[in-house]
Amino acid sequence: MAELLFWPTLLFYGEAAFEYFGYARRAGTPGRAAIWGVRLGWLAQTALLAVQAAREDGFPWGTWAGSLNLFVWLVVTVYLGVRKPYRLLGLAVMPLAAALLVVARVGGGTGVGARSHYSNLFLVVHVGLVLAAFAGFTLAAAVSAFYLWQERRLKRREATILRRQAPSLATLDRLASRAVAFSLPALTLGLAVGIARLLGDGERIDAVIATTVVTWFVWAAYLVLRATRGLKGRRAAYVALAGFALVIVVRLALPATHFS
Amino acid sequence: MRLVLVGTSHHHAPVELRERVALNHEAGAGLAKRLAATGGEAVCLSTCNRTELYVAAPDVDAAERAAVAALAELEPDVEPALYRLRDHAAALHLFRVAAGLDSLVPGEGEILGQVRAAHDAGTTGTLLDRVFRQALHAGRKVRAQTALGEAPASVSSAAAALAEQVFGDLDGCSIMLVGAGKISEQAARSLLSRRATIAFVANRTLDHAVDLAARFGAEPLPLERLEEQLATTDVVVSSTSAPGYILDAETVARARRGRQLLLIDLAVPRDLDPAIHELDGCYLYDIDDLEAIVSETLAGRRGEADRAEAIVAAESEKFREWQASLDVVPAIMSLRARAEEIREGELRKAEGLLGRLDDSQRNAVEAITAQIVNKLLHLPTVRMKQAAAAADGVIYAEAVRHLFGLGEDER
Repeated sequence: MAELLFWPTLLFYGEAAFEYFGYARRAGTPGRAAIWGVRLGWLAQTALLAVQAAREDGFPWGTWAGSLNLFVWLVVTVYLGVRKPYRLLGLAVMPLAAALLVVARVGGGTGVGARSHYSNLFLVVHVGLVLAAFAGFTLAAAVSAFYLWQERRLKRREATILRRQAPSLATLDRLASRAVAFSLPALTLGLAVGIARLLGDGERIDAVIATTVVTWFVWAAYLVLRATRGLKGRRAAYVALAGFALVIVVRLALPATHFS
Repeated sequence: MRLVLVGTSHHHAPVELRERVALNHEAGAGLAKRLAATGGEAVCLSTCNRTELYVAAPDVDAAERAAVAALAELEPDVEPALYRLRDHAAALHLFRVAAGLDSLVPGEGEILGQVRAAHDAGTTGTLLDRVFRQALHAGRKVRAQTALGEAPASVSSAAAALAEQVFGDLDGCSIMLVGAGKISEQAARSLLSRRATIAFVANRTLDHAVDLAARFGAEPLPLERLEEQLATTDVVVSSTSAPGYILDAETVARARRGRQLLLIDLAVPRDLDPAIHELDGCYLYDIDDLEAIVSETLAGRRGEADRAEAIVAAESEKFREWQASLDVVPAIMSLRARAEEIREGELRKAEGLLGRLDDSQRNAVEAITAQIVNKLLHLPTVRMKQAAAAADGVIYAEAVRHLFGLGEDER
């Protein structure tokens, strides 16, 4: 069943990504086809996650690939929540979602039968908060990448800049900072819960925790510098991308589990 | 009932002529009412680019003559500049107008509202109501499915659209005009229409700045005080006749204090040092940049116009089919009335037999006979409507009248 749901999810996300490229060139049908692709893909992935949860004993996304699957769903959920005024953001979000879903499948995170590492509510909350925060950071990074692209168009004085209008620089800057402002508290809480548990169990801080803490500092610096030093625009976008690079390291380059 | 259009537009008449036949909302509604007084329908669409009378009447020649006379009454010289279209051609024209395809600036959005207002003020019945509703639908569809109306078509509106690309909503955005000439004023009006605030008008001759500033509720400034106000400005629009730069990169870097700044240089020779564009957060566009943007967007509009024409053609075809189906509607109604009359007559004849039935049995007999009639007439009805769409409707209608002996009085 999970296998059957993976392919429609990928198909719809892929279709949405493809249509967003079309939408960037002209309004109308591609935009509507894209958003329907996102909606249907999201529904299929929701069903996939529900099937995974129903078949497993405990939290079924304990492997890095499994949590990547959940992470993609969170990213698309956040995008669906904010997409109305910023539909073109799908151009940044949906190809990423489709690509990460493929990575999750290659790692075996979209099937059923993997043994869960998380069997109590405490850890479910920890992983859920961290993944939700990472989904928000991913959106912030996608928006920031979009900002840099739009800024580059303005700097290059592209004659086509008004033919297909992207969100304004101010809008993108504001949206990225809001995504970070909502995500950082989630990461703070998720991290605090995890560290408290880890210390209680007498475990050592590993590479995942250390990198996540560094990630927290980068995103916290983003907000603090924004509030105190007026960090905005291109520089803020670069900081967001640096923070996202660390999110990628935590999600993909390091083992996802450190609890038994 | 047939449709006729009589009117003139920017394609056929210069502004001196158009302004003499232009009608305000009340006068347009009054004229429509007068034209419809003989049992027809009428709508007057009058904008700065066109005055058009849409009339639906059984006698299309008389309706056309009345519409021409009404416009000639306003200005006798307008008659040679009038176009006259009928039925499908008139509907197609209205659809193109509503879609912005017939506008001076293709795709401009104001016309859709003007068509809606004309429809609301008109004296409409079945035909004009349908054609105007479908025209509004076609106009909305073109706007939703093409980028025809999205891009600006003048340098000043391109400058305002660029400001929106940087700052988003311009409400609360602070604008500084440097130079108090006509070009500055045009750009200012474009920005004002997007809710920006003209905060300062700077000019070498302060008296000129005072005049323009008073019109926009802005503060007049001598050029020497430019730098001190740059820190509170979001957009600078410059169009002086100064021989050299009036603002250099060092001054801007010093004054703007990290704020994003869009600078529009409409002057030739240029007023603003091109090196300003290299500063982080500063975007400088000169007249060539803006003209390149406008010409690119107009080229884009032409491409979108082809797609819009296809949408309009499809919508007008739907209207044509609907209008053609009107030819067979009386025949269909007569046929159904005749069938119903026969059904009721036969039921009455069988009253003696049916009298012994209880209510539910009587209802069942009623329902069965009605169903037989409906099923028998369904296919002929569909075929007649199809024939009407293919222009054979009148022949079919005549054949049905003849075959079923439908009276002339029922036509």
